[in-house]
Amino acid sequence: MIVTKNLIRTFVTGDIVTQVLKGIDFESKDGDFIAIMGRSGAGKSTFMYQLSLLDSPTDGTITIDGVDTHTMPESKRVEFRLTYFGYVFQDYALLPELTALENVALPLLMQGKKRAKAYKEATTALERMGLGHRPNNLPSQLSGGEQQRVSIARAVAHKPKVLFADEPTANLDNESSEAVMQIFKELNEEGQTIIMVTHEEVYARRAKRLIVIDDGRIKSEEKLHHKH
Amino acid sequence: MLPLSVRIGFFLAVRQIRHASLWTTSLIIGVMVLTFLNLVVVSGILVGLIQGSIDQFRAQSTGDLIISNLTDKSFIENSPNLLTLLDTIPEIDSYSARYIETGSVEANYQTKRAKDKPNIAGTAVTGIDPAREDSVTGISQFVIKGSYLGPNDFDQVLIGSYLLKEYFPVESPGLQVLDNVDVGSKVRIQVGGVLREFTVKGILKTKVDEVSRNAFLVDSQFRSMIGRTDGNVDQIAVRLKPDADPAAVRDTLIRAGADTYARVQTFEDAQPKFLKDIVATFNLLGAAFSSIGLVVASITIFIVIFINAITRRKFIGILKGIGIHGRVIEISYVFQSIFYAVIGSGIGLAMVYGLLVPYFARNPIDFPFSDGILVAPIDETVARIALLVVSTVIAGYIPAWMIIRKNTLDSILGRK
Ligand SMILES: Nc1ncnc2c1ncn2[C@@H]1O[C@H](COP(=O)(O)OP(=O)(O)OP(=O)(O)O)[C@@H](O)[C@H]1O
Ligand SMILES: [Mg+2]
Repeated sequence: MIVTKNLIRTFVTGDIVTQVLKGIDFESKDGDFIAIMGRSGAGKSTFMYQLSLLDSPTDGTITIDGVDTHTMPESKRVEFRLTYFGYVFQDYALLPELTALENVALPLLMQGKKRAKAYKEATTALERMGLGHRPNNLPSQLSGGEQQRVSIARAVAHKPKVLFADEPTANLDNESSEAVMQIFKELNEEGQTIIMVTHEEVYARRAKRLIVIDDGRIKSEEKLHHKH
Repeated sequence: MLPLSVRIGFFLAVRQIRHASLWTTSLIIGVMVLTFLNLVVVSGILVGLIQGSIDQFRAQSTGDLIISNLTDKSFIENSPNLLTLLDTIPEIDSYSARYIETGSVEANYQTKRAKDKPNIAGTAVTGIDPAREDSVTGISQFVIKGSYLGPNDFDQVLIGSYLLKEYFPVESPGLQVLDNVDVGSKVRIQVGGVLREFTVKGILKTKVDEVSRNAFLVDSQFRSMIGRTDGNVDQIAVRLKPDADPAAVRDTLIRAGADTYARVQTFEDAQPKFLKDIVATFNLLGAAFSSIGLVVASITIFIVIFINAITRRKFIGILKGIGIHGRVIEISYVFQSIFYAVIGSGIGLAMVYGLLVPYFARNPIDFPFSDGILVAPIDETVARIALLVVSTVIAGYIPAWMIIRKNTLDSILGRK
């Protein structure tokens, strides 16, 4: 569970002070699937970076499973990111020298898993994303959609508590986007907590909660009901 | 088991090296090879020139120990007692007692016309026991023409090549050499007031002045020529058994009173000061060249890793973002630096020991003092490799550390 209270993030560039997040109170429960929408520049990404401990707020608190993250040193944050979180970046963010399989296995290895075990779990994750046939391709030898699926595999192979995805479908065609959303749906059905930023309402509406951020504040929140 | 961070750092380094551009990698390794050669060969040759000279001086002139007259005496008084003492020291393998006087050698006096300038060269004249001298210095192997002296070769002389124009073609007012002298030629040797005619039996050629600028006679004849009947000699060159320590034997001799009438020195004590100065200078020069090379290599690695880390800043950010500790990434860069240094040294090592050392052994550098070889003792070479690796590691670590400590998010987003 992630709880934020009065989250404020201000950027100071020279004399210009930009308040991007202006006091966000937010809560996500285990098993949530949250879609965040909002105009460009509204502060969605900035908000995600706070939640995922990639950035630190200027003011306010973030509590993860009861742990106040305010006083965490960077080394602890790295560990938290490794064990608690998974990330899907808009531009895939795969490491170019590592094969698909190695990209996925890296966080597992870093968690101290034995090589064989890490590669086995990575293979399983890749197979799930429909990429079982290309484990040894470098990212440059994969299509955008395939790279995004590798990146999802990397983000979920270690079974993180929360999966963050910032515009995971922005660079993909309809078919690939559809595939990604299908994967998210399945993962969530298995209990994976997902927090996703998207510009596409059709995809946002497949989440369980839809939050709209505007000008650094939560403007609205909607619970979505799906027929199964 | 290695720490996790080292293993993963290694994993990342291997992947990066494997996908690095072949050109860049070859270039960096090329720089490393040159640096290694610079470290080992430059000082190796400088030292080799002088070491060759020192070794020759020891082998051909002083032996391991050299005993000579006190500076205010013209010979070693009480020599027979000293020689008896030498016979009792177990570390001594052999020694050669020498009679040395300055004198002159004259050639072509038979064909000289009245107004011609006589063809005379000043030289040291040394009386030796040919067999004993050879067992200490092995000079018979340097006879390039004719043959070595035998015990009864009276009226025969071994002439050093620096006295002969054919081998040492200098002609300056202060330094005369003998023209037209070959094996079988007659020469006149004058020592003190005594002048006697000798036949050249052999010609000696080495790069040690003490041998090549010398005329060797059989000691018994030389004794009578200089009127030395008391058995006192001028110099004793001593050769020790292979494992003996010259300084220890010197001290033993001094404790036994050998220094009352003589000066006892190890080959090292007896080295001419200029040789010591050259060694010191060459060591300094070698160190200076080497450190310049080391600095250049370090800067190269620094720049290479810096550019690599800067262009990969986004990926470094992603690694940190997905939970890979900065330390792991630093280690991966350290491994890459080590890789360059080790491969470079490895190639350099193969070149030095596979190519250059054998080459210089076969074709020594013709240096006036010595036959210059490439001196590259393995322990020093290993130390230099260690030095190279350490400086490369530092040079690789610093830029990696600089980039890695930058804010993770800024790196991922390419901000600032
Ligand atoms: N480091 C920074 N310094 C100054 N301003 C910043 C910084 N990072 C973000 N901002 C500003 O904060 C605002 C919100 O940025 P953010 O990236 O969170 O928007 P977003 O909602 O994700 O927009 P988009 O939909 O275009 O991705 C923007 O106006 C941006 O210029
Ligand atoms: Mg954004």
